[in-house]
Amino acid sequence: MMLTGGQIVCESLIQEGVEVIFGIPGGAILPLYQDLPDYPQLRHILMRHEQGAAHAADGYARATGRVGVAFGTSGPGATNLVTGIATAQMDSVPTVFITGQVARDAIGKDAFQETDVTGITLPITKHNYLVMNASEIAETIKEAFYVANTGRPGPVLVDIPKDVFVERCEFEYPDEVNLPNYHPPTGADPEMVRKAARLIQEAKKPLILAGHGIIISRAYAELMELAEKAQIPVITTLLGISSFPETHPLSVGMPGMHGMAHASLAIEEADLLIGLGMRFDDRITGDTRYFAPKAKVIHVEVDPSEIHKNVRATAPLVGDLKHVLEQLLPMVHPKSHEEWVQRIAELKIEHPLMRPKVTGELRPQHILQALSDATKGEALIVTGVGQHQMWAAQHYTFTKQNSWITSGGLGAMGFEVPAALGAQVGRPDATVWSVAGDGGFQMTMSELATLVENRIPVKFALFNNGFLGMVRQWQDIFYDKSYVSTYYTGNPDFVKLAHAYGIHGARVETQDEVVPAIKEAMAYPGPAIVDFRIAQEENVYPMIPAGGTIDQLMEEPV
Amino acid sequence: MARNESTIVALVRDRPGVLNRISSMFRRRNFNIVSLAVGQSETAGMSRMAFVVNGDDATVEQVIKQLRKLIDVADVHPITERAMISRELALIRVNSNATNRGEIQQIVDIYRANIVDVAPDSLIVEVTGDEDTVQSLKDLLSSFGITEMIRTGRVAMVRGMARNHEQRPLPGPM
Repeated sequence: MMLTGGQIVCESLIQEGVEVIFGIPGGAILPLYQDLPDYPQLRHILMRHEQGAAHAADGYARATGRVGVAFGTSGPGATNLVTGIATAQMDSVPTVFITGQVARDAIGKDAFQETDVTGITLPITKHNYLVMNASEIAETIKEAFYVANTGRPGPVLVDIPKDVFVERCEFEYPDEVNLPNYHPPTGADPEMVRKAARLIQEAKKPLILAGHGIIISRAYAELMELAEKAQIPVITTLLGISSFPETHPLSVGMPGMHGMAHASLAIEEADLLIGLGMRFDDRITGDTRYFAPKAKVIHVEVDPSEIHKNVRATAPLVGDLKHVLEQLLPMVHPKSHEEWVQRIAELKIEHPLMRPKVTGELRPQHILQALSDATKGEALIVTGVGQHQMWAAQHYTFTKQNSWITSGGLGAMGFEVPAALGAQVGRPDATVWSVAGDGGFQMTMSELATLVENRIPVKFALFNNGFLGMVRQWQDIFYDKSYVSTYYTGNPDFVKLAHAYGIHGARVETQDEVVPAIKEAMAYPGPAIVDFRIAQEENVYPMIPAGGTIDQLMEEPV
Repeated sequence: MARNESTIVALVRDRPGVLNRISSMFRRRNFNIVSLAVGQSETAGMSRMAFVVNGDDATVEQVIKQLRKLIDVADVHPITERAMISRELALIRVNSNATNRGEIQQIVDIYRANIVDVAPDSLIVEVTGDEDTVQSLKDLLSSFGITEMIRTGRVAMVRGMARNHEQRPLPGPM
């Protein structure tokens, strides 16, 4: 059948099972938008800023495991998407971005709202396309979804000139992609799997480092089986949080810069690290020359370029994590590792997560413990980047699979508002709490209007200390408390702000008010903001300085 | 050949922007390209590229893996020096006049190079060989005054008798 380019985009998205699009229209993408009413299966959520659209698509994708989709127009629409695209690239989130481009004959002429968005996004996408003919749209979108959601997932951008949206051509959706050079790995080399099984068999002090890959490949059951069968304690990386229940006796917590001291110390003592779907990020390893000095390394990764990139693997296993664990599990013998499990229990007692001082001031750690209790550890927690993110990672007790969404690799402040929006759209029945800082929240709080418009009931726990808190912490520790440009003097009244949007708002200044305020916000049928006025100069501990070693570990000063 | 230089050959889809994708990846990952040559391959729609990169073994391994990650890149393999036929072509414009033209001709003959253009005050030498050959001819000609030079960078192929065991695999099919 003969369709316009815009219609072909819509038909193709429906073929890919897309239900929701986050975006903002503009000149170059307008022909596509004008076709949307003919496709009511495609729900479009009008955002307030394209960065919000990109983060919302990302949050949706992480919450559902499906590809998130965002639209933006040419020029500023496309450049505003960039932070969100880079976030999805760093954290391996399957997303497809469709941008309008100026008409074909205007490309390269510095036309109004022209930017070279395929050029700009080249290093921050898994792949991108400029589609110069309507006849290429269907196969390009097919490819884009396939590339985005196979192997190591990531963002794919499809840029379409305005006149291509109105060009008519025959539409037929291809059954398969034609990518002769792209072969996402499945199972690992059997010889290497046997070697890994042997290393596990020989290990006295093995540790699993469970990463985002567990969640992406839905290998929760396989992780659990491996841990329990051979009694191997499980560390979760920042993005691996909620891949393993933190109430489980083998759960050790998060390691690294702001991880639990006992987790970092366990890595120091371990004789075998089993990295599952993770990439030995510098926030975990610090100085790699001194990282896990006694350990051999099994590294299971779908992306071969991660093998030996930061840490040398004794047994590299390239493949889809779930598939590789299915290969490995039958070869792993039951073991008890009693002494080692006991040793880790001792480390937990010797190095507890800080016990916050009881003072008149409101302590963020208490708030997160209260939130954890009030939600039974089952809420979907979305955070921004900074102190509140680390406190949430440390003090919320995650019990439910895939219940933690955060900007890890890129560390993009402002993620907390739109990503929570997207996550709630993907999981309408979940209790979604956005744990936010007052800095990041103000970067994207314009999306409150989007929440209201679409009745998306995200709850915000605003950790308001009037500072760019993590930056202030570095100034405190490394720059002699010289608080340059980190103190806010003109923050709005966030309760009044909530009221201005017609949503619930409450301020909490004492510990006694915490639990009632959380319950009140959850009982409210729409979005809600709880403005927690926390101790202004509270620091996140433990801390290992950037590029440092375990010897530089700072625990809570007494 | 200087130590720490490795030759990598890649087969890539001949699509708009493919060179940009590859050079962008090298720049972003802070890999050091010594030379890059690109042209049609034996297969329609595919180009073959030869890279000379500078770095230790771990760096070269990363270069190869990162190249393989690019969707438009079909096949990447390193070529070891022992199994390699490599050539480079250079055009060199040298100052010359009637009195020294014969001397230049003699040098050019020794290198099995050619004089491909003659003007009253200069000539153009075309030389093909491995980098050392090109370099040493250039050094000899520099005493006459080189006013312009262009080099293609290394192109390379695995020797016929070495093909089977030289295309060593790296972890992972992608």
